[in-house]
Amino acid sequence: MAVWCARFFESNLGLRFTRCDQNDSTRLGRPCGRAGGGDGLERKDQQSMIGEGIQSTNQRKHSYVRDNVEVGFFTDPTVCIGCKACEVACKEWNQVPDDGYVWLGNSYDNTGHLGASTWRHVMFLEQDRAKGNQIAGPMGLLNPQSDLSAVASAEAEDPFRWVFLSDVCKHCEEAGCLEACPTGSIVRTEVGSVLVQDDVCNGCGYCVVSCPFGVIDRRPQPLPDAGGAFKCTFCYDRQKSGLVPACAKVCPTESIVFGRLDDLRARGADRVRQLQQSGYNDAQLYDPTETTVRGIHAFFLILGEPEAYGLPPKPQIPTIYLKSAWTSAFATAIASIIATLLAFAFFS
Amino acid sequence: MTPNSPSEKRLDELREEAWKEGVVAGKGVDVAGGPIPRKPGYYGQAVVKPPVWTWEVPFYFFFGGMAGMSAVIATGASIFHHLDLARTAMWIASIAGAILSPILLIMDLGRPRLFLNMLRVFKHRSAMSMGAWILTAFGACAVPGLIALELNAHQIFPGTLDQLLRVAAGIFICGAAIFGTLLATYTGVLIGATAIPAWFLHRTQLPIHFGTAGLGCAAALLELLGHRIAALNFLGFYAAGVETALLIWLSVDKHGAADRAIHEHRSGWLIRIGEVLNGPLALILRFFGLVPLAAISFLIGALVSRFGWIAVGRVSGSDPEAVFAAERY
Ligand code: SF4
Ligand code: SF4
Ligand code: SF4
Repeated sequence: MAVWCARFFESNLGLRFTRCDQNDSTRLGRPCGRAGGGDGLERKDQQSMIGEGIQSTNQRKHSYVRDNVEVGFFTDPTVCIGCKACEVACKEWNQVPDDGYVWLGNSYDNTGHLGASTWRHVMFLEQDRAKGNQIAGPMGLLNPQSDLSAVASAEAEDPFRWVFLSDVCKHCEEAGCLEACPTGSIVRTEVGSVLVQDDVCNGCGYCVVSCPFGVIDRRPQPLPDAGGAFKCTFCYDRQKSGLVPACAKVCPTESIVFGRLDDLRARGADRVRQLQQSGYNDAQLYDPTETTVRGIHAFFLILGEPEAYGLPPKPQIPTIYLKSAWTSAFATAIASIIATLLAFAFFS
Repeated sequence: MTPNSPSEKRLDELREEAWKEGVVAGKGVDVAGGPIPRKPGYYGQAVVKPPVWTWEVPFYFFFGGMAGMSAVIATGASIFHHLDLARTAMWIASIAGAILSPILLIMDLGRPRLFLNMLRVFKHRSAMSMGAWILTAFGACAVPGLIALELNAHQIFPGTLDQLLRVAAGIFICGAAIFGTLLATYTGVLIGATAIPAWFLHRTQLPIHFGTAGLGCAAALLELLGHRIAALNFLGFYAAGVETALLIWLSVDKHGAADRAIHEHRSGWLIRIGEVLNGPLALILRFFGLVPLAAISFLIGALVSRFGWIAVGRVSGSDPEAVFAAERY
């Protein structure tokens, strides 16, 4: 029984009870690495929908890293309850330092934006729009006595919705940060995620201005490991050990779904269809596949316009500007040489 | 409720405070349908990240540009037998390009001790990587070029060795000139190929501005150091003329909200002051023969406008509406 329990927790919750004799666990107190049970997940199990509890890809061990499978996050605000467990789990697992206790008062969001010490950020949107087939009305009308027709007539008056969306590094297909990095510190992993190798980064700050989503940032003094650029690692250390990223693991509603990218894309499209059928007319996927970013590995379902979430409507990878900029640079270089030679030829 | 009632007044105060401070101290005030004008995007949060660069970077742009173009002037001077001018120019190139620039660049890093990691890889798609290599190559040409030139000028070695030194000096100075033009212009590519709207919308102007300002600075400094020759005066006219044209181009080629950081705010004033100093003002002063004043005006203007461009990046990067407007373009 004890052995069974241990196995159960090990495989389903990612805890480890067995002694570890590999030495690839890098930091104290972390499960040590061994690619998961040897079997990749069966495709059949992947078809099921959100809310499937222990059956879901969020709760299983996997071997995506070993099998070089492209993975992703699908984040769905319609089931998110704004508990911020993902923010906390990310901070705890990755030992991200406390970057200050700030009162922003943006609804219930005091985190602000993604940054060097914030790798998950739960947004709280307050919008004057109805949520699906929600019956809206002035508060106070909705007591058990009020008859429904009164509510219905008030519907148009006061629509209101509160949307929670957990934002994260998008792990772009064409990543601006990765292209910009002059040290080769930023690399693409086996699972298609974008990883900053902290020991290589010298903090030049060029990735910061090259990310079209404003995700990566340089950590200021006097925080621990200051000076380097930081962002979500897609819990690469956990994934190598066959574990699910910490944020997806703790998400109580499976608003954050982790899994194979192609499965998630299909699942996202399904979810949009399902939501639109139930009255969420402005539900859409945010996955800029038609821009030069060519799609993102952590994509989102959003209600309404991307701008309201601080997401750029048409993100472009900055390397597309190189051609015109270098052309102009070479032209200036040649013009300067010619001007100098002419100056000396005619005036000396 | 009359418009003058205390609660209406309080509302107006709150609105005022919200616009000014960005937050209202009273809790739960900023709600949908509430009295506070909503900010663009997500509570006005920046969509892209503004640059983290501090004062070292504009100074690096300034000295790098000056050093690079000094090597070009040195080449012209040696070809047309102005040996003294070539020596001064190579001293400027070496001190500004091989000593000051690397120091400033390293100081700006978050982790200066890992500077050499820049030379781990060669990435032509990263302007920062190209810049690190250009700076290295420039230093590797300028310093030996200067040494060979000085040894040759002082006739330290006799006969054939002296001839060899002359050839070596020529080759190194030419190399420094080629990498120098790139050193002076790549900085425009560096900030032009980013996600900051006001920068990438002006990616064509930026290398012209940085490169030409570098040439003008090199000529101005040489003039201030006593080399008052017609060729440098011509270069001064050329640089100030191009900068004037750029000032006009910049004020005509507006992109509305997307690049308003260039035309509004303090950053806009920095750019304008810088451009006027190294454009029209330098041109006029030079026209009236006030060469030293023109040179000083150009140098100050070039430095101020570099600070201006970094400030523009900071303002534009923190402005969500600028990003949205640039992408809807
Ligand atoms: S979202 Fe930004 S930080 Fe994340 S992979 Fe894309 S470019 Fe890099
Ligand atoms: S700050 Fe670090 S990670 Fe970013 S580009 Fe520079 S070296 Fe690379
Ligand atoms: S994947 Fe890991 S690092 Fe990234 S947000 Fe989730 S918990 Fe944080």
